[in-house]
Amino acid sequence: MANRVQVPSRNSALIAMIADEDTITGFLLAGVGNVDLRRKTNYLIVDSKTTVKQIEDTFKEFTTREDIAIVLISQYVANMIRFLVDSYNKPVPAILEIPSKDHPYDPTHDSVLSRVKYLFSAESVASERR
Amino acid sequence: MSGQSQRLNVVPTVTVLGVVKARLVGATRGHALLKKKSDALTMQFRQILKKIVSTKESMGTIMKSSSFALTEAKYVAGENVKHVVLENVHSASLKVRSRTENVAGVKLPKFEYFTEGETKNDLTGLARGGQQVQACRGAYVKAIEVLVELASLQTSFLTLDDAIKTTNRRVNALENVVKPRLENTISYIKGELDELEREDFFRLKKIQGYKKREMERQVAAAKHFAEEQVVGKVSMQKGISMNAAHNLLTTTAKDEDIIF
Repeated sequence: MANRVQVPSRNSALIAMIADEDTITGFLLAGVGNVDLRRKTNYLIVDSKTTVKQIEDTFKEFTTREDIAIVLISQYVANMIRFLVDSYNKPVPAILEIPSKDHPYDPTHDSVLSRVKYLFSAESVASERR
Repeated sequence: MSGQSQRLNVVPTVTVLGVVKARLVGATRGHALLKKKSDALTMQFRQILKKIVSTKESMGTIMKSSSFALTEAKYVAGENVKHVVLENVHSASLKVRSRTENVAGVKLPKFEYFTEGETKNDLTGLARGGQQVQACRGAYVKAIEVLVELASLQTSFLTLDDAIKTTNRRVNALENVVKPRLENTISYIKGELDELEREDFFRLKKIQGYKKREMERQVAAAKHFAEEQVVGKVSMQKGISMNAAHNLLTTTAKDEDIIF
């Protein structure tokens, strides 16, 4: 019953992003971006100067924030903090690995898809993916 | 097996047997219901798995087309369009709302996106490439649509996974621990009751035999007594008659009126 009360209270939630500049730009153009009163953004632009530590901290912050329902993370960024992404197993916020422009999408690295594959008898997934 | 030998620690009486039997019936019904629930969840789970795979597929193509749209927009509107966009972020106009869906008693969160207020990027690309920028925006909104759907599928997947595990654990616990234990208890109580019955039967038999012997003894004694009495009576009658004869004789002997 507590669950039923909890869900409508977070009636409007944000989509957070950790990705490269182009992907972020596109999603910001769609109107996903949010800057709160303390100048905190709901996205992190990952470029060559971003450290892994920074990504880790942002990922942890996004997954613990109350107002975020979905975290989009570029797959190559997810690969940098793979251990964190794999150890994360809460349903909300949902972590989605997205392909980025200059890194092709590899379904074998996706943490959820690998679990799907594990459960769903490898052949149907693997044959469809290639 | 350790599960076979286990039983509840109860007093073997008919009342407790009734209680345990009722519990077994309840456990059986619960087991059947949970099994049904588990089946329903598994069915849903498989559907979601299929959907996840196909949505991931479409996500790839959609992301590709939206990236392409962005490149187009950049080409037309110039490289600095992204700085304009990055500077123009204030508050999200595209947000996610969550509601719950109930599948066999498990609440699955479902996300849906909605736009709220005006986007701040309306003036982006006003100088040139406005159409491309708008197209790019549309492409990314479409991408968000797919991603939000994927996110809700993924959340349902994780929640259902958990729920199925719990349900299966309960089903197995009922099937392999609770039910055998109750059955063992029932057979134990039945065995004890049977033994009590046999003991009672034996005791009754014993008492019956004792009574029979006693009866026979009494009958024999009564017979003996009766015989003795009969003998006594006969002898008494005989005695009386003899005496009478004697008396008769004596009286007749002493009769003065006798002539001869």
